[in-house]
Amino acid sequence: MKKSYQSLEVNLTNNMRQVIHRILSKNTLSFSLIILLAFTSVLSAQEGDPAKGKSLFNANCAACHQLDKKMTGPALRNVETRLSDEQGLDRDWIHAWVRNSSGLIKSGDSYANKVYNEYGGAAMTAFPQLSDDDISNILAYTAEEKKAPVAPAGGAVVAQTSETSGGISNEIILGALAILFMLLAAGLYLVNKTLRRFATAQNIELPEDSKRTPIWKAFVQNQFLVMVLTIFFLLSSAYFVYGYLSQIGVDQGYQPVQPIHFSHKIHAGDNGIDCKYCHSSARVSKTSGVPSLNVCMNCHKSIYEYNGETSPEYSKDFYDGEIKKLYAAAGWDDAEQKYTGESSPVKWVRIHNLPDFAYFNHSQHVTVAGVECQTCHGPVQEMEVVYQHAPLTMGWCINCHRETDVNVKDNAYYTKIHDELSKKYGVDQLTAAQMGGLECGKCHY
Amino acid sequence: MSSNKKYWKSVEELNENSSIVETLKQNEFVAEIPTDEFLGDKDTLEESSTTRRDFLKYVGFSTAAASLAACEGPVKKAIPYVVQPTEIIPGVANYYATTIANGFDFASVLVKTREGRPIKIQNNVMAATNGSANARVNASVLGLYDSLRVQGPKKAGDSITWDTFDSETTKKLTDLAAANKSIVLLTQTFASPSTDKLITEFKNKYGNVSHVVYDAISESAALDAYQAKYGERGLANYDFSKAMTIVSIGADFLGDWQGGGFDSGYAKNKVPNHGKMSRHIQFESNMSLTGANADKRVPLTPSEQKIALAKLYSYVVNGSVSGTLSPKVDEAVKNAASQIKKAGSNAVVVTGIQDVNAQTIVLEINEALQSKAFDPSTPIKTRQGSDKAVTKLVADMKAGKVAAVIMSGVNPVYSLANASDFSEGLKNVELSIAFSLKEDETSTQTEYIAAAPHYLESWGDVEIKKGHYSLMQPTIRPLFDTRQFQDALLKWTGNEDTFHDYIKNNWNSSVLGGNSFNQALHDGVYVYGSSIGGLNTGSTKTVTTSTTELKDKKDRTLVGGLLHDVAVGVGIKKEDEDEFTTSTSTSTISASNAVNGASVIGGVAAAKALVASAASNGLELSLYTKVGMGDGQQANNPWLQEFPDPITRTSWDNYLTVSKADAEALGLMNKHVANGALNGSYANVTVNGVSLTIPVLIQPGQAKGSVGLSFGYGKTKGLKEEMQTGVNAFAFYHNFNTVQNVTVEAAAGEHEFASVQLHNTLMGRGDIIKETSLEIFNTKDKQEWNPMAMVSLNHKETPVTDPSVDLWDEFDRSIGHHFNLSIDLNSCTGCGACVIACHAENNVPVVGKSEVRRSRDMHWLRIDRYYSSEESFDGDNEKKENISGLGSSLSEFGEMEHASENPQVAFQPIMCQHCNHAPCETVCPVAATSHGRQGQNHMAYNRCVGTRYCANNCPYKVRRFNWFLYNGNDEFDYHMNDDLGRMVLNPDVVVRSRGVMEKCSMCIQMTQKTILDAKRDGRVIKDGEFQTACSAACSSGAMVFGDINDKESQVAKLKEDNRMYHLLEHVGTKPNVQYQTKVRNTTEA
Repeated sequence: MKKSYQSLEVNLTNNMRQVIHRILSKNTLSFSLIILLAFTSVLSAQEGDPAKGKSLFNANCAACHQLDKKMTGPALRNVETRLSDEQGLDRDWIHAWVRNSSGLIKSGDSYANKVYNEYGGAAMTAFPQLSDDDISNILAYTAEEKKAPVAPAGGAVVAQTSETSGGISNEIILGALAILFMLLAAGLYLVNKTLRRFATAQNIELPEDSKRTPIWKAFVQNQFLVMVLTIFFLLSSAYFVYGYLSQIGVDQGYQPVQPIHFSHKIHAGDNGIDCKYCHSSARVSKTSGVPSLNVCMNCHKSIYEYNGETSPEYSKDFYDGEIKKLYAAAGWDDAEQKYTGESSPVKWVRIHNLPDFAYFNHSQHVTVAGVECQTCHGPVQEMEVVYQHAPLTMGWCINCHRETDVNVKDNAYYTKIHDELSKKYGVDQLTAAQMGGLECGKCHY
Repeated sequence: MSSNKKYWKSVEELNENSSIVETLKQNEFVAEIPTDEFLGDKDTLEESSTTRRDFLKYVGFSTAAASLAACEGPVKKAIPYVVQPTEIIPGVANYYATTIANGFDFASVLVKTREGRPIKIQNNVMAATNGSANARVNASVLGLYDSLRVQGPKKAGDSITWDTFDSETTKKLTDLAAANKSIVLLTQTFASPSTDKLITEFKNKYGNVSHVVYDAISESAALDAYQAKYGERGLANYDFSKAMTIVSIGADFLGDWQGGGFDSGYAKNKVPNHGKMSRHIQFESNMSLTGANADKRVPLTPSEQKIALAKLYSYVVNGSVSGTLSPKVDEAVKNAASQIKKAGSNAVVVTGIQDVNAQTIVLEINEALQSKAFDPSTPIKTRQGSDKAVTKLVADMKAGKVAAVIMSGVNPVYSLANASDFSEGLKNVELSIAFSLKEDETSTQTEYIAAAPHYLESWGDVEIKKGHYSLMQPTIRPLFDTRQFQDALLKWTGNEDTFHDYIKNNWNSSVLGGNSFNQALHDGVYVYGSSIGGLNTGSTKTVTTSTTELKDKKDRTLVGGLLHDVAVGVGIKKEDEDEFTTSTSTSTISASNAVNGASVIGGVAAAKALVASAASNGLELSLYTKVGMGDGQQANNPWLQEFPDPITRTSWDNYLTVSKADAEALGLMNKHVANGALNGSYANVTVNGVSLTIPVLIQPGQAKGSVGLSFGYGKTKGLKEEMQTGVNAFAFYHNFNTVQNVTVEAAAGEHEFASVQLHNTLMGRGDIIKETSLEIFNTKDKQEWNPMAMVSLNHKETPVTDPSVDLWDEFDRSIGHHFNLSIDLNSCTGCGACVIACHAENNVPVVGKSEVRRSRDMHWLRIDRYYSSEESFDGDNEKKENISGLGSSLSEFGEMEHASENPQVAFQPIMCQHCNHAPCETVCPVAATSHGRQGQNHMAYNRCVGTRYCANNCPYKVRRFNWFLYNGNDEFDYHMNDDLGRMVLNPDVVVRSRGVMEKCSMCIQMTQKTILDAKRDGRVIKDGEFQTACSAACSSGAMVFGDINDKESQVAKLKEDNRMYHLLEHVGTKPNVQYQTKVRNTTEA
């Protein structure tokens, strides 16, 4: 177990970097526009290139620093001016600090020691590989003015209206058609009425309907037909009743509102986080495991705001609010960057509910069989709100067991049994059903 | 835990005497609801436009609407951890090694926990010390979730905080110590080096402190005898796996004799190996588990046993002892003696007679024999109590000489014969504290109840045998606001450490000698060559010296292999060594070793004294412990209450066992009522003026002139009403003597027993239990003693297993796994650990006494007990064969139905036989039960509609029907009816509902898990990995489970064994459970 955690650790840092990188690079375009605007005013004081500085910042500093927010390290907006104004420290000091902060601390520099103590005695990683130019670029980036929040683009609104207009037009067409038919029917009726009136006026005798047996009487008299029809009706109603009853308890499409709006689209889709990073126990356990809040906080300690795509329904404020909810539940004080200890577990609404009498083991399917999560859970990476994709009925399980070949590659367990069984059944690849995956007792005990 | 907090909605609620709060508790509204006003007004009612019919329509409609709306499924929540502990993965079990040491049961165990909840106890295979998990230990996990546990400290019935407790008791103790008044610690046997050290520290701090160890069921005589001989308080250890001839006089060593735990060693030699097996002769009065397993059993009253032992001594060692025995018995004793002499060092003698002389004699016999099975160098430490000290304490308390009593793990008001004296004494005491799990008989009479944690919530260390250490560690956070005795001692001695730190320091300094504490904790057990000085002398000085001595020897070994066996023998201390050489001489009266002032004699003198004490007049009562109940600590455990006694097959009761002859003479009877249940008369039983009315159970094999009664029942406090069964036999336990003279008179009324199997014998139907003697087994052909059933095919005798005579086509099971369970009737002692393990693993419900009486018990695994009416099964067979004519058959069969005075007994565990051609599968109308290719007979509960055809068609009667919903049902107020008790349920096995058939699944959840683990690791499964709950719990090795397609597996080899047979082979069901024919060593001399 220990081993897999170590690998988790690695995953974590990788993913975190990836996440931050993605979030920040999302807005490269809008940023660069502002940079262009700001360039002329700032350039006079700095010789660095803020665009290069930004990528350097994201690669090296962003794990611990933000521009406007204190994180593991202090906020770095205008750090150079701040240092020279408040502390009288020049760029040499910054070079020394960046390349070897612990050396600076040891040398007894007063401000270096002050910062060191203020941030809990954690020395900054040394970056000897950064050249003077690199540092200048980074400082140029930090010296940029804070940009005003971008007004939401009009595109979404336009799409919205066009969509609504489309809906209305359909209704109108249908309504118009209905009116047309009504007019037609009324016209025909009137024509008929007028013709009759003509006939009466001209004393033309209308041919009387002969005393034919009405069709329903003929029907009633034909007992065979009645029988057949009754049986047909009974059978078809039984079919539909059965169909209806079998739907009870099948919650396909169940999409409850969750206490925290967790978007799988953003996490698994936009940021491409592996499902099993959070649902780690799916690899080894029967349950996939709802991730505990400490797993969320692995990333969300540094991701305190949402910078991705938004829509009117799900705005940036909305998402930021949800992150706040997470902080409240995990007991994280974002301002102080520490845990308060006052946590409250999140009561998620369970979506996939198998009955107790059915045993299902995630690790069997995920690790042994190598089944993609999406096979059963659907396109979770596209779900803003998760719903139950599969019916989770026994028939659905059985179908898959019948159709799916057992993954026997590099698995010593299967070597003997697969050789013998495939010979017996005369196939190359055994399905789960042929391996005994349809036996009652394999899932019901 | 959150339950400690008190919440209130208004300040008024904090006022205890507020009337409004009281009213609010009863009524939702404080003001009276004006029902009379609108119901009493007739005029309005008559004017109302709503008629009765309309009203019913509305009710009907709203009910229909409500139920339609209810079609929607319930919303389920998933609540993850805030911070998930790294060692917990939801859905994956964790195992912790710990030790049970409740003063009666001592065993190293593995605890299976799921999501932080202990759910099952298993054997710790690393522990080579005696004391594997018996039925009670297996059931002890349920005690953790007992809803009647004390949830916090109490003073005079009111809850207090530990702070209050600490300040008040510390002050009181300090005052008492200042006045040099007597403080007494009255505890169970802890056998814990750290606790002993701690008690010594407590003594040093408070001066006038004495520590009285009290075992509810005393082994004082054996302890005194051992102490006199070897200078240390302990019990001689016996390894029955090294004995080929075992003679036991009244020792139920497969039960709880001297702490129990000897069964696995005993079972090893019970299996014929190269034509040899052990011979076991048992002299006893009650029919015990040990007697039932003996090759030869001689029923003797307790007083006759004393004479028999004395005579045995004289025959084996020396001297002549007078004393009269009936010629037949005398012959038997002589015979036993000659067999012992012949076997020499391969023989061993044990006795359960509670008499110092008897115990001394036995030690001397074994020494004279130089018995290999006898091991006095590593004494068992699990009994330390002294009768004299307890008796003196009660007298002192009554006389007001004791100022403070602090009790832990004991319940003397329940378990003392002179409990009233003790209660009276408690009133004279200035300070009384009871560390207790329950508000039991004793703790309700003390000033303070210190809520104690269950052993699964505690830290501790135990020295089960000298030099064999075990650690106890918590497997769950304490459920309640509890504190263990040792932590309190630490507080009182002003030590800031927790007991965990204390143990760790103590172990690092004086036990481990540089080995890792964490490794020892992981293993749960730790062994090294010698102990760290005697328990009673455990001063720090001795500890350090002996440790340095050991460091030089470098003979420490961690358990884990056979190494420790080598290490055990080394451990004799220098000063002890002299003792070993001198003590071989018999009849030495050593004043220096005198126990509690009284001298212990040995040799012929002891034998003579023993004979002299063997006076009897009238009936003799032998008090014993049942495998299920023990000393009664776990009386509130429904699993144990429903556990049928292996011998009487009766649950939920204790009773007076009487021989048939005595019963007839006294006018006592047993009868079966129409539905097959057992009724028995009551008897008034009087011992020393104490009289009880006890139901009578006629016990075949009970020695004439003796009666038996088991301890552990008749508790009245701290347990649910359903569990208050039986009578308290401790009332008869005068002077800690299990043998008492008794008068028995028939009383009015009939008692209804909940017996799951009646007294009838097998009547020679040997194909259920196949049994033979060692002689026949060794000399005759297999077809003689384990015949295959034959059928005529074209006038040719053909074995029933031949495919040509089978109606069915055989399914090819040669690919993949094919599970078989082998049960050896020779090594199965009937102990019942498997029954409880099955209960715990498979969420088997408890149904209660009245349902058991209706034969609705739910045990998936039962251990049938069969008597044979003759002294051997062959005798029955012969008799059956010789019956001719109707008249003879009527009378002889009638006779055979009654068990004889001394029947032979055989145990047979029966569970679903998982027939390859299962009769149950063909009759199920909904295909709820079907066969898997791995040999298991599957039962899909959700598919079952409850026709019960399958149960009717099952030849083995192993299917169980859920007549009721047993979980969440107040009618069945056992563990499944409260949230706490349900925490023990195994989440991998479904809890069955009403109207569903259930049965043994061959632990398919366990085999599936093993397979999945192997698939995940991508490896082949080794033999021994597949286990069922029963086979894992079987410490005697009688049950072996595995894959017969793995030709190298043990079970595949057992299938080819000559002794192998299937149950009711001729029916043609082809079961996947095999039995191994029982072989008895009937060779005399």
